[in-house]
Amino acid sequence: MSVREESGGREGFRETVPAVEFVGVSRVHPGGVRALDGVDLRVERGEMVAIVGPSGSGKSTVLNLVGTLDAPTEGTVRVFGHDVGALDDGALSALRARSLGFVFQRFHLAPNVRAVDDVADGLLYTGSPARVRRTRAVEALTRVGLADRIDHRPHELSGGQRQRVAIARAVVGAPALLLADEPTGALDTASGAAVMDLLHELHRDGVTVLVITHDRESAALAPRRVEVRDGRVVADSATVSVSAREGRS
Amino acid sequence: MIGRGKGEGRTARRGGAKDHGTRPGNEDRTAPRGRRGSRSAGRDRLRPARLSPLDHLRTGASGLRARPTRVVLSALGIAIGIAAMVSVVGISASGRADLEATLARLGTDLITVAPGSTLFGGNATLPEEARGRIDRMPEVERTARVESVGGANVYRSDLVPKAESGGIGVYGVDVDLLDTLRAETALGEWFNGATADHPAVVLGASAAERLGVTRITPDTLVLIGDVYFAVVGVLEPVELAPELDNAALVGQGAAEELLGATGDASMVYVRVDPERISEVRELIGRNANPERPNEVEVSRPSDALAAGQAADRTLQGLLLGLGGVALLVGGVGVANTMVISVLERRGEIGLRRALGATRGAIRVQFLVEAMALSLLGGVFGVALGAVVTLVFALVRGWPFALPWWAGVGAVAATVAIGAVAGLLPALRAAAQHPIGALSAD
Repeated sequence: MSVREESGGREGFRETVPAVEFVGVSRVHPGGVRALDGVDLRVERGEMVAIVGPSGSGKSTVLNLVGTLDAPTEGTVRVFGHDVGALDDGALSALRARSLGFVFQRFHLAPNVRAVDDVADGLLYTGSPARVRRTRAVEALTRVGLADRIDHRPHELSGGQRQRVAIARAVVGAPALLLADEPTGALDTASGAAVMDLLHELHRDGVTVLVITHDRESAALAPRRVEVRDGRVVADSATVSVSAREGRS
Repeated sequence: MIGRGKGEGRTARRGGAKDHGTRPGNEDRTAPRGRRGSRSAGRDRLRPARLSPLDHLRTGASGLRARPTRVVLSALGIAIGIAAMVSVVGISASGRADLEATLARLGTDLITVAPGSTLFGGNATLPEEARGRIDRMPEVERTARVESVGGANVYRSDLVPKAESGGIGVYGVDVDLLDTLRAETALGEWFNGATADHPAVVLGASAAERLGVTRITPDTLVLIGDVYFAVVGVLEPVELAPELDNAALVGQGAAEELLGATGDASMVYVRVDPERISEVRELIGRNANPERPNEVEVSRPSDALAAGQAADRTLQGLLLGLGGVALLVGGVGVANTMVISVLERRGEIGLRRALGATRGAIRVQFLVEAMALSLLGGVFGVALGAVVTLVFALVRGWPFALPWWAGVGAVAATVAIGAVAGLLPALRAAAQHPIGALSAD
């Protein structure tokens, strides 16, 4: 049980399970492409981590693995202590429904659906009743500053507003871990900054945030930066994790 | 701002963790904190939530709402097939209802007795006493006889070429005939005691049409043989005795006197007690001609009407088959739409998986969508089929009849078709790898 180590005293002396833990993780695609190659990574609860790297570096693969949408070909991925490779589809789905929130570069809002309904769909697979879903969707939209856009459909919203709807959908279920894949990639600078502010705010409220970005400025604002290149972690601003990794490998 | 407990792992110590004993740290619950406390019981295991049937329905329908044109077009295929089948069933049911109404009006208690052929193939005749003996049977209520008068043709005037006889037959009839057949006159009136012995004629419906008799005046005459007869009446079509439609009916007395009729009955129409009709059918031949009962032909005209209806069955079967083919094509259309839909909606599928949809939930979503699509077509098709039936029945003057099982069966069939058509696309959708939506390329 060597993985259950002390995590830098963040929680005093209580042993805690990290939000995310990669142990020697590789992801080899069927064609033989090594998207990830022996990555060790540990993200504590409540951290905000920016994953940076050029395109094709494997940073999206990291996010897919954390999001349990993909499974490693080697090594172990643990999300809140659950070995992703060992869970069946139902358990993974339950984990995603209750503990994970996703924000995508392209928003993925359903066409012609009102913002409140789209956000409420974020709770659909948690089994909450429709009325509760709607109430919480209104709350979530209010939190991201779109209280007056509840009945708007995607084409009536600006890009920044759409991304905020998507964030509301991601956090409506109060996930412990928010995963954002280039959330500002399709936005202008001002809206992008607003979206990043929102992510920081969520982080301050206790959500663990993992954000992929190739925007240096956004990345620089994150408390921790992990740089991925050619399927490996080449730099990690959190020395604890880096030393842990070196210690093991 | 976001109301959430700040304490890291505030719930970490809550509850023992016996679920996945093999893994470390599973006592630290992954579920979010704070107000989710009420769900703590469910956290011990990562078990996906079940969607309510209504949520399944809503989710399945959401895919249809987003693409109305495609939905209408592919539902139309199903609708056409269902409409074809429903209208075939409806039209046949309406026709049957009409027949039943007709038979109820005309009665199924009419039997005809006619001379058949002798053992050697010659034409038999009914004995003179035949009618009297039939009359005396206790089950018989009333009778009427007619005699076909050979060699007499009917013309509007003597200017009409002899060849254009129109095939109109001439019958010498009793005054009782009208009541026995429950026939009705369209114009003028039936014979009374006086006109039966005079050169007066009542025309059958199609005979009147051929002769161009559309109204009756004192000098409306037709030429029968070489005698002018005054037209006193025109009959409505006689369903139970269609042989009288293209005929000129003259009183038996006049027929014998002016047209050389012999007095042999060529047909006896018999109304019997409806309860005992089958016994009468057995006995009546022997009563009509005790010496040679085999030379008597007994039939029941209402059976012939029913048989005519039955003959339509073959055509109905063919039409139903065609409807079935249309339905099949409609089902293929739904399957096609669903396959394309699944291909197009990789992003949505990925997103839903990210939101926590199990493969099962995705499968159900697409299956429900296919079934709803098909059902939509089915309901529309039933409505369309009912309208077609209604119009057809109105045009033919039939009562409208559509059996309930046709509607229910059609709807059930479309749901089944939708399920079959949606199965493969739904399996494909569920098997799809979810990262399609995540990749930001």
